[in-house]
Amino acid sequence: MAVRRTQVQTTLNGEETDFLCEPRQSLLEVLRDELGLTGTKEGCNNGNCGACSVLVNGRVANACCVLGVEAENAEITTIEGIADGDKLHPLQQAFLEEAALQCGICTPGFIVSSKALLDSEPELDEERIRFWLAGNLCRCTGYDKIVRAVLKAAGTSDNG
Amino acid sequence: MQEITYLAPTSLGDVYTALADGKRSVLLAGGTDIIVQLREGRSDAEQVIDLKHIPELTQFAFNSSGDLKIGAAVPFAEIYENAEIIDRLPALIDCATLVGGIQIQSRAGFGGNLCNASPAADTTPALIALGAILHIGSANQVRELPVEDFFLGPGQNALEDGEILLQIVVPNPGSNSAAYFHRFIPRNEMDIAVANAGVSLTLNDARDRIENARVAIGAVAPTTLLVSEAAEALIGKEPGEAAFAAAGDAAANAATPITDMRGSAAQRVHLSRVLTVRALERALKRIEEN
Ligand SMILES: Cc1cc2nc3c(=O)[nH]c(=O)nc-3n(C[C@H](O)[C@H](O)[C@H](O)COP(=O)(O)OP(=O)(O)OC[C@H]3O[C@@H](n4cnc5c(N)ncnc54)[C@H](O)[C@@H]3O)c2cc1C
Ligand code: FES
Ligand code: FES
Repeated sequence: MAVRRTQVQTTLNGEETDFLCEPRQSLLEVLRDELGLTGTKEGCNNGNCGACSVLVNGRVANACCVLGVEAENAEITTIEGIADGDKLHPLQQAFLEEAALQCGICTPGFIVSSKALLDSEPELDEERIRFWLAGNLCRCTGYDKIVRAVLKAAGTSDNG
Repeated sequence: MQEITYLAPTSLGDVYTALADGKRSVLLAGGTDIIVQLREGRSDAEQVIDLKHIPELTQFAFNSSGDLKIGAAVPFAEIYENAEIIDRLPALIDCATLVGGIQIQSRAGFGGNLCNASPAADTTPALIALGAILHIGSANQVRELPVEDFFLGPGQNALEDGEILLQIVVPNPGSNSAAYFHRFIPRNEMDIAVANAGVSLTLNDARDRIENARVAIGAVAPTTLLVSEAAEALIGKEPGEAAFAAAGDAAANAATPITDMRGSAAQRVHLSRVLTVRALERALKRIEEN
């Protein structure tokens, strides 16, 4: 039986985007396999690790727990939409400067998730950052450097 | 995962029609339970009906009596960002901020948590303690059910074929009243409860006597338990150590837990007592601070 594909219209990283997908596909599969946006990573595929974090209408969600078809009329932001052209987002800059990554699999998720935090809460302390990032797992860094990078980005930018 | 069709109805009538079309359907709220179940082959659904485009299910508001009505597809983040709910029903905030991490709370909500009917669900004890009433709809009628009567067993709720959960109504607790939700997990966040407890206390105006109380404990039986013996140990007594200890004993007696990888039965019985006592102390503190 031919698999039926659904047409979905969405705003992806600020651009009107149309794609075809099967209703059973997750947004993570659509991003990586249909649209070639492989910056969003797959860790657990069941909602636990946050490697697949994307923004859906401004809120951070796990793309593995969203159906691609749910993106209809939504605004999706992935790690590819975080930098301003060649200019890194302050979070990306801070992750580099603080060496807040090793293998890098968790990094796009941490940056997208931290961006949602910086966008919604300008006043941040370490505890708030650690609480917010509890849904993002990293097996390499031990978290301290990540938290330091987010604190630095929060302090050095107007989060634009 | 098998092939599925996806529907995004914009009215309740269309949901009821879709539920009656003979296909094996599942409802989709935040998807943090159901999408994982579908993808892991634990659901044989042919059709997914998304509830997030239906106004009655995606809104929440206090009515003129101060009761809060929450649509079954409202995500936790919208609830815990609301200043009025933070002020008037802090026990809802206790549990909403503990379900998963931020990514889960953006999508998941009370409706999905209840319908999934996990014995360890984190919003059930607080909703039972607060005396929440569920509004359940079908093509023919809307019926009301106290939340403690909604669970038949692990993963089994009281919805009949063709019925959906519409709203959760949390009655106005009134003055001299507060609730508290408490959970024990080995980590600080992102884990399933070893045990949890939700309590509510209402005092007289002099605040030296308990007029009403409800105690609910979770993850220690096939469904979350409303422990009437704990309420009986509290009502009419002076709020404080003696009454709270008696309520803790009643909670421990009511618990019939199993041993699993998260904790032993004995530990869970102990936790039921400790969490109940601490939740009562903190509910009392909330009343005193108001
Ligand atoms: C990483 C992770 C961490 C988690 N942590 C916790 C935790 O700490 N505590 C906890 O309690 N849970 C936890 N959960 C489980 C889950 O997130 C919660 O149960 C959540 O509240 C479910 O809500 P939802 O809107 O995502 O439900 P969905 O997955 O959309 O739905 C859940 C079930 O209810 C049915 N349903 C949904 N809406 C209706 C309706 N209106 N009428 C009838 N049936 C309906 C669905 O068909 C499905 O069977 C976690 C899950 C993950 C993936
Ligand atoms: S891959 Fe989505 S949360 Fe782990
Ligand atoms: S850098 Fe390797 S998982 Fe985080």
